[in-house]
Amino acid sequence: MQFMLLFSRQGKLRLQKWYVPLSDKEKKKITRELVQTVLARKPKMCSFLEWRDLKIVYKRYASLYFCCAIEDQDNELITLEIIHRYVELLDKYFGSVCELDIIFNFEKAYFILDEFLLGGEAQETSKKNVLKAIEQADLLQEVRYTPNHSHVWQI
Amino acid sequence: MPAVSKGDGMRGLAVFISDIRNCKSKEAEIKRINKELANIRSKFKGDKALDGYSKKKYVCKLLFIFLLGHDIDFGHMEAVNLLSSNKYTEKQIGYLFISVLVNSNSELIRLINNAIKNDLSSRNPTFMCLALHCIANVGSREMAEAFASEIPRILVAGDTMDSVKQSAALCLLRLYKTSPDLVLMGEWTSRVVHLLNDQHMGVVTAAISLITCLSQKNPDEFKTCVSLAVSRLSRIVSSASTDLQDYTYYFVPAPWLSCKLLRLLQCYPPPEDGAVKGRLVECLETILNKAQEPPKSKKVQHSNAKNAILFEAISLIIHYDSEPNLLVRACNQLGQFLQHRETNLRYLALESMCTLASSEFSHEAVKTHIETVINALKTERDVSVRQRAADLLYAMCDRSNAKQIVAEMLSYLETADYSIREEMVLKVAILAEKYAVDYSWYVDTILNLIRIAGDYVSEEVWYRVIQIVINRDDVQGYAAKTVFEALQAPACHENMVKVGGYILGEFGNLIAGDPRSSPLVQFNLLHSKFHLCSVPTRALLLSAYIKFINLFPETKATIQEVLRCDSQIRNSDVELQQRAVEYLKLSSIASTDVLATVLEEMPPFPERESSILAKLKKKKGPGAVSVTELDDGKREAGELNGGGDRGPDTAAMAASNAVSTLSLLFICKTLIAVISHFHSYPFIPYLSCCLSASIPALFCGLSLHPCPVLWPPSSAPPSEDPAPPLSEADELLNKFVCKNNGVLFENQLLQIGIKSEYRQNLGRMYLFYGNKTSVQFASFTTTVSCPGELHKPVEPLVEGGAQIQQVLNIECITDFSDAPLLNIKFSRYGGALQNLTLKLPVTINKFFQPTEMSSSDFFQRWKQLSQPQQEAQKIFKANHSMDTEVLKAKLLGLGTALLDNIDPNPENYVCAGVIQTKSQQIGCLLRLEPNAQAQMYRLTLRCSKDTVSKRLCELLAQQF
Repeated sequence: MQFMLLFSRQGKLRLQKWYVPLSDKEKKKITRELVQTVLARKPKMCSFLEWRDLKIVYKRYASLYFCCAIEDQDNELITLEIIHRYVELLDKYFGSVCELDIIFNFEKAYFILDEFLLGGEAQETSKKNVLKAIEQADLLQEVRYTPNHSHVWQI
Repeated sequence: MPAVSKGDGMRGLAVFISDIRNCKSKEAEIKRINKELANIRSKFKGDKALDGYSKKKYVCKLLFIFLLGHDIDFGHMEAVNLLSSNKYTEKQIGYLFISVLVNSNSELIRLINNAIKNDLSSRNPTFMCLALHCIANVGSREMAEAFASEIPRILVAGDTMDSVKQSAALCLLRLYKTSPDLVLMGEWTSRVVHLLNDQHMGVVTAAISLITCLSQKNPDEFKTCVSLAVSRLSRIVSSASTDLQDYTYYFVPAPWLSCKLLRLLQCYPPPEDGAVKGRLVECLETILNKAQEPPKSKKVQHSNAKNAILFEAISLIIHYDSEPNLLVRACNQLGQFLQHRETNLRYLALESMCTLASSEFSHEAVKTHIETVINALKTERDVSVRQRAADLLYAMCDRSNAKQIVAEMLSYLETADYSIREEMVLKVAILAEKYAVDYSWYVDTILNLIRIAGDYVSEEVWYRVIQIVINRDDVQGYAAKTVFEALQAPACHENMVKVGGYILGEFGNLIAGDPRSSPLVQFNLLHSKFHLCSVPTRALLLSAYIKFINLFPETKATIQEVLRCDSQIRNSDVELQQRAVEYLKLSSIASTDVLATVLEEMPPFPERESSILAKLKKKKGPGAVSVTELDDGKREAGELNGGGDRGPDTAAMAASNAVSTLSLLFICKTLIAVISHFHSYPFIPYLSCCLSASIPALFCGLSLHPCPVLWPPSSAPPSEDPAPPLSEADELLNKFVCKNNGVLFENQLLQIGIKSEYRQNLGRMYLFYGNKTSVQFASFTTTVSCPGELHKPVEPLVEGGAQIQQVLNIECITDFSDAPLLNIKFSRYGGALQNLTLKLPVTINKFFQPTEMSSSDFFQRWKQLSQPQQEAQKIFKANHSMDTEVLKAKLLGLGTALLDNIDPNPENYVCAGVIQTKSQQIGCLLRLEPNAQAQMYRLTLRCSKDTVSKRLCELLAQQF
């Protein structure tokens, strides 16, 4: 996988993970182009499309689009399930995840992703093992604090 | 919904994020961010030492600001400090910041590497994993240098925790991808391969990605992985869905690992060991069988995971291409998917079948699905699926179904999406040529193509039809008749006029016997289109007219009358004027014999690979047309064009040669030779007069003189200053260093195409401005500056969908580095003024004259150019394919002569050329040394002028 982007229906980028070296300028250009392309597609359309020399695999969960760019020999369907497994991990960790969780706890979203995918490849596909790693890390944390935002935002 | 309370919160951060979200406008957001940045900066600079928590909080805020898309230029040091914190969360945030905002500041890299080193040797698995994640995320060369030898040790050590092994394997993979020369597996190879046997499924899942990548590069060293992979796969495939516990995903055992195993096996040929092969075939059969079983769950995740394995298995079957039984089963399975209700499956089935079509075992089986695929092309609602259907039709086409497929594609073209029209046109043109048994069908098809999708018919397509008609005398009469009929349409596409002009000019005599297409009728028909055509087409028509004078002496008076009128002989376009003047003179001075010699029928073109095929290859990348190439080998007999063994880029070169042969040298070459016998050139001084009259400005070594008024004078141009050049202007310029034609720029509104030709120190550039919208552009002005002057009004209105053209004459006065700037301004109805500036792709190498020389001459000159400033050298990483043919084509495109047998190392390329400027000639020698293993080049230039060496070196380093 070359990169993964999470963005909202309004086109706001919520998470970006790049597995190939690119300049910030290129990253912004790619993001702009892809967000536009994907948002322009209709709901019943196919989850795959060719884009430059890459294959784009995307899926929408509530207000968020998850979008991965994979190479020619990579498997589209299994990538779709990579997205799903990541959503499951977020869901389990945050407890019924919503876009706001990812906005306010973006660092957690990155940590979970790093446990699941590394260098663009699946590192650990067991949900239990990934969450165990994250929870262990959480146990090492010294200050406990509940953020005071509540989920009143309309997504 | 449960409150998010995992881990520690950072109140300040949450408040800041809320603030940003409450901002009503972009401006308010920027204001809030600037306030925060000032705050953080003062905290970092303050006298009071910050505690770890505050530092973490501020670093995290900076990260958030960066991820919003703003630039961050400080805080790196504080993040690095966090790395050595003994509090996990602080360390974690430090690493995250470093991973996202890498900075190649060498001082920092040293500190970061130090922190990583400490964590790697900490023996604390959580810390080790963090450090490994950071290396894998950054993956820089500096990190590879520091850790590439350490990580394999961690990976195979007996006491390493599983989770650390997993991270180490993928970390190593990332380093291998960026710096393969630094990752030496050597002694570790066999232990790494044996990770496939690890008890921990997670370790196998991670390690197999590394093994696959290493196997692709060093298949022999890793070949023992085949039998291990087969037995692992066999165990998974035959396991019950509950055996693998948490590695079972929606009742599918270990789908990710299965896919990766099947992928690894695709790096190798079928196993030689009979037992291993038998076991593998059994696995593949089981996978195919499972596809027929009722689903264990209705969830889409279940079927996706199951089908992911199935598609990967089919890829392996196709890769082996040796088991007819499995191939046909795969084809039947895909056939079922073609009608599946899931769009995703239909898409993948079409894609996968495309590769099946090229196998001799399954080609026929694929063909049985033709009706379904045609139906998909017509009815699929998603353009990406229709595109796949079109690809598959192309792949399954052979002589038996070509007429049906071409007809379907043609009828689809009438409604096809703009995004795929050009490619469809190329495909139709290729199929029509490849499977034409009777050439009249071929001619009909191409003319239909021009009629239906003329705008998308590239030059290659219409050049090709002309090449073929000229080479086949049995089709010439039919072609003349058909094109004559096609031209009867009141509005026909300009490409039709081009083909018509050329063919009637050559073969109009074959239909002149019929009074309905008598010479004068033919001429009047062509001439009725003349005024609506662009300059290049008019130029072509003028050549057709002079050919008419030779073919049909009775048209001479009429045609001379046309040539003599002011709109021709005094045309503001130099090319048209020159042709009119010369043809008029030629027709009145030359005897019939001389005329007949000069204007003789064009000789057949040398047989060559279709330039269209080359174009499609270029468009789709080398893999995309492998199907066709395979077909070439199998069904060569009886084709129009046998296909050569030349690579795509030599073919592209040949194609561009064909371009110049066709459009420029149509007849001019012989003409000039003959004219020089006449010893009277009334027109030559006249021509040079009008050339020199428009050379007012000399700047920066280049003089640019747009041809005078083609259009009515423009209204006052908008008064805004030209915008600064686009950020990608240099990138766009670089695309044209080794080529002269193409699309310079394209956005949603406007497309700018370029065609240019150079001779000695002179050049001419045609700029085509296409309005892609349906709305008129008003006040359209362009300014070329070099940099600093202004010129040339173009037609101030560009209708929706229309294209206008501008011609620039270029003269190179002296050598130069900066490209001229092209500023374009226009406004759309109701829209803001568009103002954009590009660099015109005029680079110093365009004025190269190739120089052939012997080895001894070369080295003598090389030595003469030995002053240090005359040499420029650059070592750089390959950005494009290092394929020999691609490199050769680029070097030829550069304009120099590519010299063989000069360099003692045959891998190296040596070129020589002279740059022609008005004031002097500059000799240049070039040497390019590729290092395929390291994917690097060393480029050395020696020129008689130091600024030229430097500039050429800069330009060329971007090309390879």
